[in-house]
Amino acid sequence: MTHIIEVEHLVKSFGSVPAVDDLSFGVEEGTITGLLGPNGAGKTTTIQMLLDLITPTSGIIRIFGKEYRSAREAILGKLNFSSPYVSLPGNLTVHENLLTFGRLYGVKELRRTIDELVDFFEIRDFLGKMTYNLSTGQLTRLNLTKALLNNPKLLLLDEPTASLDPDIADRTRALLMRIQKERGVTILYTSHNMEEVEEICDRVIFIQHGKLKDQGTPEELITKYGHEDLNDVFLSIARNPS
Amino acid sequence: MRWHRIQALLIRHLYLYKRSFPRIMDIVYWPVMELLVWGFLSMYIEKMNVGGFNAVTVLLGAVIFWDFLNQSQKSVSIAFLEDIWEKNLLNIFVTPLRLSEFFISTLLVGFVRLILVGIILTVLSFVIYGFNLFSLGFALIPFVLNLFLFGWALGLFANAIILRFGTSAQILAWGFLVLVQPFSAVFYPVSALPQLLQPLAYLLPSTYVFEGMRSVFATGTFSAPHLWGAILANAVYLTVMIWFFFKMFAYVKREGKLLKLN
Repeated sequence: MTHIIEVEHLVKSFGSVPAVDDLSFGVEEGTITGLLGPNGAGKTTTIQMLLDLITPTSGIIRIFGKEYRSAREAILGKLNFSSPYVSLPGNLTVHENLLTFGRLYGVKELRRTIDELVDFFEIRDFLGKMTYNLSTGQLTRLNLTKALLNNPKLLLLDEPTASLDPDIADRTRALLMRIQKERGVTILYTSHNMEEVEEICDRVIFIQHGKLKDQGTPEELITKYGHEDLNDVFLSIARNPS
Repeated sequence: MRWHRIQALLIRHLYLYKRSFPRIMDIVYWPVMELLVWGFLSMYIEKMNVGGFNAVTVLLGAVIFWDFLNQSQKSVSIAFLEDIWEKNLLNIFVTPLRLSEFFISTLLVGFVRLILVGIILTVLSFVIYGFNLFSLGFALIPFVLNLFLFGWALGLFANAIILRFGTSAQILAWGFLVLVQPFSAVFYPVSALPQLLQPLAYLLPSTYVFEGMRSVFATGTFSAPHLWGAILANAVYLTVMIWFFFKMFAYVKREGKLLKLN
């Protein structure tokens, strides 16, 4: 299978503190891959390096077979990102936000694209609402709508269901699986909810102290560590200092 | 460079002005209040007939020109701060947007504000004080453009500092220009400054513009050396400030501080 993301010997140090330490992994096309690890493991730093928001100290990142230093626009034009910790401007309406980001991505037939996504995510009722007036669940759906505007081949999602109630979180998971199935999007996903990861991820990558600890399908890892579920695997890895 | 990305950010800022009374007030209220205060003061000075000095022309011209510089610097900084306040920088920079396109969009936001302020102040100063800004003739456009570019360069500098030190440095967005004002010979000639400070004044593009403006009002002739002085000084400032912003942006990316800016 083709690797959409290839990371080789990636290192990021802040001063003398290594946040990511010789990390190598690949993400296969058309899969949902979970990037897992305890707080401070280096997940967010890794995601930000994959988005070219942090410059690596050393190592190689190839996305769609290209590197940022020579193909930044081509890479960013085909991927997108969503996180509940990063807001869209609250002082614009939902529709204005979608128009702005659609223009930034140079989306052809922008109004038609917005129209389709608005129906897909069922956000038509609050298109005219100011973004700061949206509920958390509505914001999540808006963030995902924005993330699909450029019809991305790769989606990086940072804890997309964090702070959602179980009902909305369940709907969001269903939406993500639908996006992946219908659009063939590759998704790299961080989450602390192991039940959720087990449900939707084809593969998982565990990192700790910035290093790769293990990777495989959820079933493979559960069998390998001799546990009943991924939550126990997580605890076993996180509590093993070696 | 892609126009659709520049246009996206420009329109995003215009959306804000469309519905925000405080933002409109920022364009209208302060410049108009300044125009009124300085206009009445200059009329009073003129009535006192101090040594044939045309106070209305010199002071009102200076006030209006100063507002052009002020609007230009402020609009660049505020356009940038809007994205920090809204925690939107990360969303913007995970799009294919280039830094150069980001710069051009802030330049255009500033230009729109400049035109609005220009129209308002020109009309009001003519109606209330009979002062015609167009009496500067051809010199008006290059002088105003130089002020605009200098304001943009200063705005970029303030933004670079905010990038580096975070929003605790945002006071620069409002206060930085005040530091430049005493040395720009806005309301008095460079010769009125202490000898020691005069070379410092000539390091600023704004000084050449204000000296040039006074020269046109006093002699009726356009001062090419002043214009060239402003253009050359601006070329240096713009080159240095753009380089500085790129450096600070690279620093922020290296240190992982882009997401932490708030």
